Amino acid sequence: MSMFDEIVQRCRDLLELLPGQALAAARARRPGIGGGFAVFPVYAPVEIIHAAGLMPVGLFGAGGQLEILHADSRFASFICSIAKSTLELFLRGEMKDFCGAVFSSICDVARNLASVVKRNTAGQLIEYLHLPQNPDSSRAPAYTRAEFERFRTNLARHLGRPISDAALAASLETYNTVRRLTNELYEQRRRRPESISSAELCVLTRAGTRMMPEDYIPLLRDALEQVRARRGRPRDSVQVVLEGAFCEQPPVALIETVEAAGCQIRDDDLAVGWRLFPADVHGDGDPLGALAEAYLQQSLYTSVRYDRAHPRTAGLLERMRAAGAGAVIFAPAKFCEPALLDYVLFRQTLDAQSVPHLKLEFEEKMWTFETSRSEVETFAESMLFD
Amino acid sequence: MSAVAPAPASQAKEYRGVVHDLSSEIMTAWLGQLREAARGDGRPSAYLMISGNCVEILRCFDILPIFPEINALQLAIRKKSLPYIMKSEEVGYASDNCAYVKADVGFTLSGGVGPGGNIPRPTMIVCNFVGCNVYIKWFEHCAAMFGSPLVMLDIPFVRGGRPSRADVDYVQAQLRELIARCEELTGRKFDLDRLREILRYSARAEEGWSRCKELCKQRPAPFDAYFDSINMMGPINALRGTKEAADFFDRAVTHYSDLVARGVGVLPEERFRIVTEGPPPYPYYRNFRNLFESWGAVAVQSTYSTVGGTWEFGFRHDPDRPLESIAEQMLVHNLCNRTLLDRYQQIRAYVEEWQADALVIHSIKSCRLFSAGQGDMREYFSKELGVPTLMVESDLEDPRYYAEAQMKNRIDAFFEALQYKRLRGAAARAATDETHGSAARVPLPCEGCAAAHEKTRLLPGGAS
Repeated sequence: MSMFDEIVQRCRDLLELLPGQALAAARARRPGIGGGFAVFPVYAPVEIIHAAGLMPVGLFGAGGQLEILHADSRFASFICSIAKSTLELFLRGEMKDFCGAVFSSICDVARNLASVVKRNTAGQLIEYLHLPQNPDSSRAPAYTRAEFERFRTNLARHLGRPISDAALAASLETYNTVRRLTNELYEQRRRRPESISSAELCVLTRAGTRMMPEDYIPLLRDALEQVRARRGRPRDSVQVVLEGAFCEQPPVALIETVEAAGCQIRDDDLAVGWRLFPADVHGDGDPLGALAEAYLQQSLYTSVRYDRAHPRTAGLLERMRAAGAGAVIFAPAKFCEPALLDYVLFRQTLDAQSVPHLKLEFEEKMWTFETSRSEVETFAESMLFD
Repeated sequence: MSAVAPAPASQAKEYRGVVHDLSSEIMTAWLGQLREAARGDGRPSAYLMISGNCVEILRCFDILPIFPEINALQLAIRKKSLPYIMKSEEVGYASDNCAYVKADVGFTLSGGVGPGGNIPRPTMIVCNFVGCNVYIKWFEHCAAMFGSPLVMLDIPFVRGGRPSRADVDYVQAQLRELIARCEELTGRKFDLDRLREILRYSARAEEGWSRCKELCKQRPAPFDAYFDSINMMGPINALRGTKEAADFFDRAVTHYSDLVARGVGVLPEERFRIVTEGPPPYPYYRNFRNLFESWGAVAVQSTYSTVGGTWEFGFRHDPDRPLESIAEQMLVHNLCNRTLLDRYQQIRAYVEEWQADALVIHSIKSCRLFSAGQGDMREYFSKELGVPTLMVESDLEDPRYYAEAQMKNRIDAFFEALQYKRLRGAAARAATDETHGSAARVPLPCEGCAAAHEKTRLLPGGAS
């Protein structure tokens, strides 16, 4: 096994763990970690959590690792699987070692989920952020900064210790390094797709939601060094962008299926909230103000954020152009209202530009990929022999 | 076999009454204005959502408000929604998307909006994002279809019981920005005195709404606060700020007060008092109502009727604090922008103060704002508070999700059980009385609610 394969395997193993197990593994390596704080997608200012001495842990449900025994009675059949498996984690006590969790205003389900989790837990800080949807407003910067300040205050009160601007500025710098390295990996994928597969990129990126950034940075550096040195033959595939998986994450096997069936994913929005800012965020002076400005001005487009000046349809076309992709695969989670509604506008935009596209819905517990494979193969063939 | 068998569902009842007719009159007049505007009378118009809306600001500029939700509702209640839903699905909407959106979009795609239809093309689209995230997508789609400018009003969700200073400042700034857009659109200067006058009408209507709801605390309730509230929801949400709406509520109060004074209820016999949660299945509105009526069940309160505003807990628009009170209403004093746990407390207050026997949850597929987590709500009320709770599922717009036989079975079984518990409780009390020779008792609604009534009386968290 090559060094790169070992790194990827380490990341895959990490993703097999439940959030609590990942936290325990990190604390075994770094006993100084003050605890864990779960981050429900899409975005939360993880720097505040990190500056508090806690480990921010991505809360992307439980994947296929947990049988849903209790949460089904709280959420109806037409609710997405990430909501149910997230609640199941709390109801089963799998999140007991966490200081709390943060949810945000991404959709109606996430909002109610935060309430249900809050009612069914004790002693944990269950925080809900209302992230701004009107960046045009003159008060949006002040509001966004105040919202992040509110989170810092509540978390500091819960922990019984302050979270200083200095600690926050240091955390911003740490995450700037993560951002640069992650962006560089994505750039490698766009420029030299033969050097790293989408599935490899996916597990490397998601591993960062399960590790302290101090441990993740050397892993990313090693991976990047390997990727730069990797040589491979370019494949004759359809170049696509994957869109719609910004919250619930598809099984890695689905990504592998798409690639095996003849499509090369040149860019995607997988776990996009953890890499929302393409550039550094400098926290000298007013770190929260800088973070607020980054959120308003820098954010990559996602289906959970309205920005009049930067429509998501234009964002998708730009993402395709930058990646050199000629088609789009939509991968919304089953019952994901933001993704399913955005699909309509995206589809109209792509049709108007004669861009081929395919929709593949997924669920956490998806275990057979034959149908998806067949759909992608047909899609790819229709383009290759067009 | 139950002591009182349900009436046959086939006995259709005519539910129209004085308040229905009054409501119909003023709503029809507004719809007439929409029709005229659709033909191109030159009047500026704007799309707006129901929940926590700021219709008073549009009214101040004589901008005609249009509510796509009311359009969707009317399509459903007239049993016309399905072809439009399917039309939307043809252009890419998923079967799992909100059917309100799909019916409205399908209607638009079929030519219902514009010169050939009943609704004018909006000059502006005002997206009052108050709780429901789907609002944003819906109005983005409308803006794309019409090429109309979209003005976003981002209303921070209530996170900690009450809004922060930053929340209020953010909303007020956006309201001022909306006013500037209205000035541009109409070429008219903002008139603060006019807004104050409009807000006085709003406050009068809100007072009337509250008094009507308050009258449902009486036994029997003078109207069904779920099914009949629709007659009041149109005027309070769409026509608020007009003299017509204020007068309507004055008359409604007079009428319902008279019914209370004469001891006239909705049904010949009010056997069960229920609180309902969730929107009704509009395509089967009457059928659904009949299923409850057959058991003598009357809704004395409902959460759905408060999507636009929770006026019964005391909030009124304040002409002396015009923008601030509009901002407060959008932020706090409506159901949609409050947490699910706040909703639990709202329902609990309804059950306790309106003396309800049971909670009925109608879970609808279209609206996750309502339905996500309702299983937890059932747990809370049935297991922690001991309130008998029924949960049934269908949809508010899509007739394909309504299964009449299944619905009837669930509802019949629930009320049969409720009745049995009541009879058993009465028998136990009679036995105790015989033993202890106690004097006359105050009748309790049922065992479960008796337990709930004993618990601490709560105001709906922060809603007052």
